[in-house]
Amino acid sequence: MMAALTIAIVVQRNLFSVVVLSGVYSFLMATVLVALDAVDVAMTEASVGAGISTVLLLGALYLCGGEEAKPLRRPFLPLAVAIVIVAALVYGTFGLPAFSDAAAPFHTHVVPRYLIDGPKETGVPNVVTAVLASYRGFDTLGEVVVVFTAGIGVIALLRTPRRKGGKEKRK
Amino acid sequence: MRSEVVLRVVGKLLIPFMLLFALYVQFHGDFGPGGGFQAGVITAAAVIFYGLIFGLPAARHLVPDWVVETMVALGVAIYLGVGFAGLALGGNFLDYFVLDPNPVEGQHRGIFWVEIGVLVTVTGVMLKIFYMFAGRGRSGGSDQ
Amino acid sequence: MTFAGHYTYWMTVVLMVGGLYIVIARGNLVKKLIGLAIFQTSVYLLYIAPGKLIGGTAPIVSEAFKVYSNPLPHVLILTAIVVGVATLALGLAIAVRIREAYGSIEEDQILAVDRAEEDRA
Repeated sequence: MMAALTIAIVVQRNLFSVVVLSGVYSFLMATVLVALDAVDVAMTEASVGAGISTVLLLGALYLCGGEEAKPLRRPFLPLAVAIVIVAALVYGTFGLPAFSDAAAPFHTHVVPRYLIDGPKETGVPNVVTAVLASYRGFDTLGEVVVVFTAGIGVIALLRTPRRKGGKEKRK
Repeated sequence: MRSEVVLRVVGKLLIPFMLLFALYVQFHGDFGPGGGFQAGVITAAAVIFYGLIFGLPAARHLVPDWVVETMVALGVAIYLGVGFAGLALGGNFLDYFVLDPNPVEGQHRGIFWVEIGVLVTVTGVMLKIFYMFAGRGRSGGSDQ
Repeated sequence: MTFAGHYTYWMTVVLMVGGLYIVIARGNLVKKLIGLAIFQTSVYLLYIAPGKLIGGTAPIVSEAFKVYSNPLPHVLILTAIVVGVATLALGLAIAVRIREAYGSIEEDQILAVDRAEEDRA
């Protein structure tokens, strides 16, 4: 279903419907993530992808205009590139471990320590929060700084003079 | 005209629940899914919802610009503060177990304050981005 | 190399290439950004799908469950989602500024305006 949605997004030219379709795509992705037992990630994807992203895209659409122009040339080269990449990636996936293989190194390297010692050392049953805030706290610091930088970047880019919709200096 | 009344009434009913749910997600993040990021986004969504229904000036009146900009920086400052507190009390940067005589309690405190820092910054940034996008008028140029 | 064993990887590849195709084959800036978002979500799938253990449960330790799905990719992808929305916000801000400076967000029209200015200069 998500593949069909992606094709619909590719083909649709009315950008408003593309934005709505991308919101639907985010909710479907959140559902898939719940089926894969990733409840924290699903909550974040649903709220961020289908909530904030949709609001931002609609705001940008209001400021930019809502139709996509018809492409000038036929997209043969991008299609060929896409097919080659699909072939190469599928060939690569043959070497990966099968779904739900408990002996894969993915599951046995450092994760048992987090699952067993996490609640004991931090007193927090939710292992994801324990790892995020305590074991890998530095990465979360970096992430907060990235969010902060994005906020500052948007302020710097979209700051207007006092007049609403005032003209900016053209470089 | 009638639909506007429906939106306003439903909005006034829903927004307190959204804020309460955001607080629940934040503090219950230790025992169930949740944590700082989800709570921050839900809080920002509640205020954005208010702004969409009652107009941007009303939202700006409710959460003024200086509050939002302070929140953006305050969250990072709280996070760094927890890190430096770990340094000051004898451990490494961002060590939690030195924050309290009982190391597990120290972890609890560290995680609590760190998540608050994340909540404040994420709410501030999402809200500020919304204000910037919504407050900018279309400045001329023909539509395609 | 069974079908059921690798189905999630192939779906990831399909979504990834779909997003990539939108980025390289479409000229509208906003649509490119949406294609980038689709590409990013396929990467989330790539990391989280191998973490699932059939018969396991979400990684919240409690007395009733013995087998948990892998929590490590959840942490990494949580960060990735938030960084992704930060990227989207900045990209949209740049698109809005481009629209105001060039009058359009179609790649062809922007390049034409640039070339016309170069010819004049």
